Amino acid sequence: MISFNQVHKRYPGGYEALKNVSFDIAEGEMVFLTGHSGAGKSTLLKLIAAIERPNSGSVLVNNQNVGVLKGGALPYLRRNLGIIFQDHKLLFDRSVFDNVLLPLQICGFDHRESGKRVRAALDKVGLLKREKANPVALSGGEQQRLCIARAIVNRPSILLADEPTGNLDAAYAQEIMAIFKSFHQVGATLLISTHDESVLQDTDVRVLLLKHGELQK
Amino acid sequence: MSNAFNQYTGTLRNVLRRIFASPLAGTLNILVIGIALSLPAGMYVLLKNAQILVAQFSGTPQISLFLGVDTKTDDVDNLHKQLAQHPAIARVEFVARAQALEQLKQSTGLSDVIGGLSQNPLPDAFIVHSRQSDAQSLGKLRLELAKLPNVEQAQLDSDWAYKLEALLKFGRLAVLILASLLSLALIAITFNIIRLQILTQRDEIEIAKLIGATNGFIRRPFLYFGAMQGLLGGVMAWLIVAASMLLLNHQLSPLAQLYASQFTLRTLSLGDGVSLLLFSAYLGWLGAWLPVARYLSQIEPR
Repeated sequence: MISFNQVHKRYPGGYEALKNVSFDIAEGEMVFLTGHSGAGKSTLLKLIAAIERPNSGSVLVNNQNVGVLKGGALPYLRRNLGIIFQDHKLLFDRSVFDNVLLPLQICGFDHRESGKRVRAALDKVGLLKREKANPVALSGGEQQRLCIARAIVNRPSILLADEPTGNLDAAYAQEIMAIFKSFHQVGATLLISTHDESVLQDTDVRVLLLKHGELQK
Repeated sequence: MSNAFNQYTGTLRNVLRRIFASPLAGTLNILVIGIALSLPAGMYVLLKNAQILVAQFSGTPQISLFLGVDTKTDDVDNLHKQLAQHPAIARVEFVARAQALEQLKQSTGLSDVIGGLSQNPLPDAFIVHSRQSDAQSLGKLRLELAKLPNVEQAQLDSDWAYKLEALLKFGRLAVLILASLLSLALIAITFNIIRLQILTQRDEIEIAKLIGATNGFIRRPFLYFGAMQGLLGGVMAWLIVAASMLLLNHQLSPLAQLYASQFTLRTLSLGDGVSLLLFSAYLGWLGAWLPVARYLSQIEPR
């Protein structure tokens, strides 16, 4: 489903974020991506969503080389991905409901159908009662769950999460991880980056460890 | 069908709401665009009116031959025959001095002044209608007729009309230059307004882009905004021109009466008005398209 082949990413200024990274993630797999901060976790996720492009090597998503995708094709790649951003990227000028509605508006969904979908997604993350609230009024954990609701409302086949438990206490983090596991159980492919070792201990899923931009075996 | 219609009116309402989100700023923007457009549109209308005026006064070009005041009746008759047989002349009218004076009294309302004259200052005259109406052959005929005996002066009546025509050409060019410059200004105004909007909606654009919005989806509300604002500016320009013409006409009617004319200024025709609206909407659209395209190309992945 996702396949990196000798990927290098160097930022302007010479900083090498990723060096010779190769791995494969099968369909329906749940994989953790870990490493110290600055190891290149965010960069790796950005390459999958074509927010950044690799300097060399290939990034395949659904057998499509996203590194060379033309600008006009990018939206259709991203609609197939659910992305949970490290900095949430919520819109504070509209309600919780409208934040989750945005991906469906972008895809041109029918009005009534999208209302149902938004509520289903909010229900899944336990925010149904807060649909009219402004995201500002939500706690950190709730904002994170709102972000997840927005990522899944489109029913993407791949979920990418960048430090989803970053600033949360252990109880909230467990809650979020439980939500991810439930998606894994219904067949979604997940790649979750985290520097939180505690999340990894009680799971038997595969872990990719990045160190200074290199994948450790 | 009704769903699509609802969506369309919904978008329209949305755009209007955004234009008048700040009522004062929205109105001022439209006023500025309206004034900028009303200048060339108003000049265009005045030119059109001048053209109508010219056409009224120079229907068929004629040559007036004024004879010497002391020309004898026999010579006048001879000349009349000579002119009637001329191959380039279609028709000749003779205007006797007394007749001309009478006409002048009636048509200008200057009877008091004329009544005060001790003798008739007007000469006998022929009005010559040429077979050809182009400027060159008329000029040639005028020169030929001027050389005839007893002809004091041969005047091409449409002379001034040709001069005015040339002046109108000049005016049209001036309007074109003014319109081009102010169109650029309109694009610049819209560019700046939209650029500021983009700055305030940067987050929204970035997030929409990250979760799969096409450039078209992001562009659309800005383009609608620009086009709608341009359209409203066009409506404002139309109103300004129409109101100005109304005002000018009010002042013109006593003036026209003095010249014994029924002339009234015409305002923008329906076709011209609609063209103005379409043009201003297009300029607004273009003014919105440029900054959005520029911003979108800036946030492409590298």
